[in-house]
Amino acid sequence: MRNLRMVRDIQLGLKNLLLHKLRSLLTTLGVVFGVASVIAMLAVGEGANQEALEQIRQLGSNVIILRSEKPVDEGSAAQRASFMSVYGLQYDDEARIRETFREVRRTVPARIMRQEARFESRRMDMRIVGTTADWFALVDRPLAAGRTLEARDIHANAPVAVLAEPAARRLLAAEDAIGQHVRVGSHVFEVVGIIETAGGGDRRLDSDTDIYIPIDTFRERFGEVIVQRRTGAREVELVELHQIIAEVDSIASVEPVAAGIRTMLERFHPNEDYAIDVPLALLRQAEATQRTFNIVLGSIAGISLLVGGIGIMNIMLASVTERTREIGIRRAIGARRRQIVSQFLIETVVLSSLGGLLGILIGISIPRVITQVAGMPTIVTTPSLIMAAGISMSIGIIFGLYPASRAARLDPIIALRDN
Amino acid sequence: MSRPEHVISLQDVRRTYRMGTTDVHALAGVTVDFDYGDFWAIMGASGSGKSTMLNLLGCLDRPTSGQYQFEGQDVSQKDDDGLSEIRLQRIGFIFQSFNLIPQLSVRENIELPLYYQGISAVESAARAERLAERVGLQDRLHHRPAELSGGQQQRVAIARSLANDPRVLLADEPTGNLDSHTSEQIMRFLQELNQQGVTIIMVTHEADIAAFASARLHMRDGLIDNIDRGRHA
Repeated sequence: MRNLRMVRDIQLGLKNLLLHKLRSLLTTLGVVFGVASVIAMLAVGEGANQEALEQIRQLGSNVIILRSEKPVDEGSAAQRASFMSVYGLQYDDEARIRETFREVRRTVPARIMRQEARFESRRMDMRIVGTTADWFALVDRPLAAGRTLEARDIHANAPVAVLAEPAARRLLAAEDAIGQHVRVGSHVFEVVGIIETAGGGDRRLDSDTDIYIPIDTFRERFGEVIVQRRTGAREVELVELHQIIAEVDSIASVEPVAAGIRTMLERFHPNEDYAIDVPLALLRQAEATQRTFNIVLGSIAGISLLVGGIGIMNIMLASVTERTREIGIRRAIGARRRQIVSQFLIETVVLSSLGGLLGILIGISIPRVITQVAGMPTIVTTPSLIMAAGISMSIGIIFGLYPASRAARLDPIIALRDN
Repeated sequence: MSRPEHVISLQDVRRTYRMGTTDVHALAGVTVDFDYGDFWAIMGASGSGKSTMLNLLGCLDRPTSGQYQFEGQDVSQKDDDGLSEIRLQRIGFIFQSFNLIPQLSVRENIELPLYYQGISAVESAARAERLAERVGLQDRLHHRPAELSGGQQQRVAIARSLANDPRVLLADEPTGNLDSHTSEQIMRFLQELNQQGVTIIMVTHEADIAAFASARLHMRDGLIDNIDRGRHA
């Protein structure tokens, strides 16, 4: 019975609002924008969060990545062409990191160069990565076929290689990859495994053209000095390690250890020929972006909702004045004060909920526009929609209570006399 | 439960309003009984207290002092909800300006008391149709009040006032906004209702309208001036 009455109250509320369509729409605009902002805010935040989490999932949350970088002030191009540049991370750095920080569980060294690989008549520019078996533990990608490099390959300087899946597909074409022999320069490697690469275009650790070989095999076959040919110029470099991945025991020690490594490297590498990447910092950055957005959109949302609420209250007070006589009639017929309150409150809640509904529709579209225009990832979540609906209904209740109680307090005799 | 002798019994009822610093005695001590099946006209000049009287009888107001018994219940002691309950269950109102709710259809207006009584939509629709038939407006159920003539609107109001099957039908200048021909129709209809057993108390200042009632109560300065009985029209 109560429910039936509620349904009829809602129908009546809708009817009264539809009598003044434009007025109802204008009244509810504040709620519309407020709710839309809330949804957009949460969608941007969630998008940034998810993106950061995805990156961290690919890079690992408790790793620190060190890369060799050629220092900028290294003389003119002519000098660089004639001299061999010596820079970057050293074998000693890896040992020092491992020995100095007890939080570091393991380190993975890598030597990296670009070199052409051949299979039968096919040629392909590849990224040759000399590393240890631990690489595959830290850069966790699904194995497509065969096996990864193992400790025995490293110790034995075995001429074996693991290929990135897209590279294997292109270079080896339809052949059964495992057991095939691929040539890199004058050296032949047996393919023992195929591994997937990171999705989502993140190329910080692995790429689609990777060939992984044991690090000692790399050193033995290709030497320490790497000659790279680049658009006419010839670059001769001596870099001991191109990359070191350090894994620490817990997320809590990522940032202190990264700071410690930085201090340590500053001492041994005065000309900053390295870079430190902390995937966890991406999360911090995402959180900072999210905070900024939350402050901006949160303020817009808050102000819109407040103004919207006051607008609704204002129009409901006008409506109560306009309908004084109706209130008097209802009271004379026997409506209790509580029933007058609920009638006006339901009307306000219907109004603000309609605004909320419109706001939800707009709020779902705004993140799409943000993604299109700004290229930011956005995710509209169901809880944010439920929250938005809740907010708009609460606005109706909070700002409807005063006009409704004003309506109920009217003296029926005076209300009936109203013109 | 045995039915009390009188529908309404007033004992030295007073109603005083404060106007600034002076007290205005709108009712200065009224003692009168209204019986079941009566058709009363309360008459008097403006300011005589007849409107105050009607508000009190209709439980829209409470006496400042004195006793008001409605079917044996002491109205003076009731709170706002208690008064609403009496109005809802036992009183029907007819007003000079009809007082229909403009955005509701004829049927919805008639259903209004049933809605507050919590009667189901299906049953109130059926009852509203029977009531519309009783006032001869069964073919106007889906019209808005504004689409009806004054006489038709007042008949809708009468149908609404009968929806709760009231012990008393209170009419406040029911023909005040109608032409004389329509006024007579409405008064004949009220007379018919009275003959069917509906107790009616009507406020009017027009003698020819009061003539339709079976008893007249004349008021002056908040007191009963005289009472005369008998039907004159």
